[in-house]
Amino acid sequence: MVKMNYELTEEQQAIVEIAKQIADEKILPIREEYDEGQIFPNEIVEILAKSDLYRVFVPEEYDGLGMGIFEMSLVTEELSRVCGGIALAYAGSALGAFPILLYGSEEQKKKFLPSIASGEKIAAFALTESEAGSDASNVRTTATKEGDHYILNGTKQWITNGGVAGVHSVFATVDPTRGIRGMTAFIVDSETEGLEIGKKENKMGIRASETVELIFNNCKVPAENLIGREGTGFRIAMGTFDQSRPGVAAQALGIAQGAMEAALSYAQERIQFGSKIYSFQAVRFMIADMAIKIEAARALIYNVSKLVDSGAKNTGGYSAMAKTFASDVAMEVTTDAVQVLGGYGYMKEYPVEKMMRDAKITQIFEGTNQIQREVIASHLAKELSRLRK
Amino acid sequence: MKRVVVFIKQVPDTAELKIDPVTNTMIREGVPSIINPFDMYAIEEALKIKDKWGDTETVVMTMGPPQADAALREAISMGIDKGILLSDKKFAASDTWATSYILSKAVEKLGDFDVLIAGKQATDGDTAQVGPGVATWLKIPSVTYVRKIDELEPGHAKVERMRSEGFDIIEVKGKFLMTVLKELNEPRIPSFRGKMAAKKAEIPVWGADDLNTDEANIGFTGSPTRVVKAFTPPPKKGGIKVEGDDLETVKGIFKFIKENHLA
Repeated sequence: MVKMNYELTEEQQAIVEIAKQIADEKILPIREEYDEGQIFPNEIVEILAKSDLYRVFVPEEYDGLGMGIFEMSLVTEELSRVCGGIALAYAGSALGAFPILLYGSEEQKKKFLPSIASGEKIAAFALTESEAGSDASNVRTTATKEGDHYILNGTKQWITNGGVAGVHSVFATVDPTRGIRGMTAFIVDSETEGLEIGKKENKMGIRASETVELIFNNCKVPAENLIGREGTGFRIAMGTFDQSRPGVAAQALGIAQGAMEAALSYAQERIQFGSKIYSFQAVRFMIADMAIKIEAARALIYNVSKLVDSGAKNTGGYSAMAKTFASDVAMEVTTDAVQVLGGYGYMKEYPVEKMMRDAKITQIFEGTNQIQREVIASHLAKELSRLRK
Repeated sequence: MKRVVVFIKQVPDTAELKIDPVTNTMIREGVPSIINPFDMYAIEEALKIKDKWGDTETVVMTMGPPQADAALREAISMGIDKGILLSDKKFAASDTWATSYILSKAVEKLGDFDVLIAGKQATDGDTAQVGPGVATWLKIPSVTYVRKIDELEPGHAKVERMRSEGFDIIEVKGKFLMTVLKELNEPRIPSFRGKMAAKKAEIPVWGADDLNTDEANIGFTGSPTRVVKAFTPPPKKGGIKVEGDDLETVKGIFKFIKENHLA
């Protein structure tokens, strides 16, 4: 991998090596077929699990390795370099686990995190609904308390890992009239009665990632599975995003890196007008620009994820910057990579058209880049008022 | 506790080896080293046996220079419990006779075992002799070219041995050695915990004194093999193609089979 040396520790280097080996030896041979057929990579999940990679983002006391967002991002980057879709079988589980990890009770952590760490179960994050996208507060799924249970009713859409997860973090409202103050987070086991898997989406990119509708039809969730308190769901969702956005950024970074490497190696082989096209300034400068943007994105992501891991407060604006910048870079780099490969780049025999399709989602999900800029602008105003105090 | 021992060899990571024109042996300098690819299947099989049996110690052994330590650590990163390096200046220039003798002495020193596994051959020497050689020194049966394991319990095994045409089903009683093919399994990717264990592992080094080896069987003097000449064998010719759908054609095929004792 053509990249700057970040002086990783021995442990970080080891997880990068493992992720790279899985990507090159196991994911590369199947990515085209799994993209075309929209196949979820069960066997890759098993390999990631056996290699301890799902343990990376889980604390040691729950059978994890006690590493952080930075290491989770390193793994996501390596996997995404080869397939940004299959990488979501990994990164999506981290997103689904974060509400439990960050806001769960000791009992909830003990109960749910070890099986996520071992990879026996993967996790999913279920917030989005047909009327609750960028306006995440507009959740219509209801949770009604009945004795020692909550009864959930409603439909979640576009849920990554939805059909394959063993554990879901689900956001519902205990009182639709209370807006964001009604929103409440629950842990829902996939075996829970009344939880049904709906339509599987047919997507432009990240096609090997499972994206489905989740239908809650009088789904009876034990009250002990409520995360935090009633009405804290919105804060939990936003707090989760502050931690998870470096992961999306790393996915975008990996996709961009893969596209840049494909363009670089193609340009060094393709002969036109009797010369390698890498000798033409028009082409070599495009690739130089790709590398500049990628290294800048990497520097931002690595620093933000280390900042988040340090336990620093008010990191949301910075993780939004990392997500926005890296995903915009991924879109630009993959589009240019298709351009460098020309007609071949537009064909499915070459990987760059897939990378371009995969890159697009990173500007949209876990908050569109427009919403991210809102987050950043609010963060700036808050920081300024804090300085003035 | 049950025990499975795997023999591995560190080999140069390339098929394009240079041969010293004077000694007719390989020039190894400057070529990166890897675990002999066939030995990876032996390691994986040992790990699968441990997964199945539980309560089993997996041990990997190699004879080689001090840097062969890296090959043992790689095996540990995949999940092998213990690595032992057999290294001594006196072992240098050992041929397959001497190497298998030294490995057999190491197994004796290690103690009891249930199964010994080796790759079918090393990609550098290509002799396929060391595995069966160890079994011979230890006076236990060996099954070469194992492509599938039907049954394997301590003291009993039923395996498939690949032949150039078809395969044999072989049953073995007691402890035995097998050499394995790539058809047998798919080697696993190291785990994080395995990699950390590999970095920390203490690799004992056993030399001639530790193994109490007989000088007459080790090193250059203990090696009866002399490389007289190295050459590339002619490639295998393609078979005979028979065309036609009449009875005479079929009769011709049967006649050929009978005359050549193929059935």
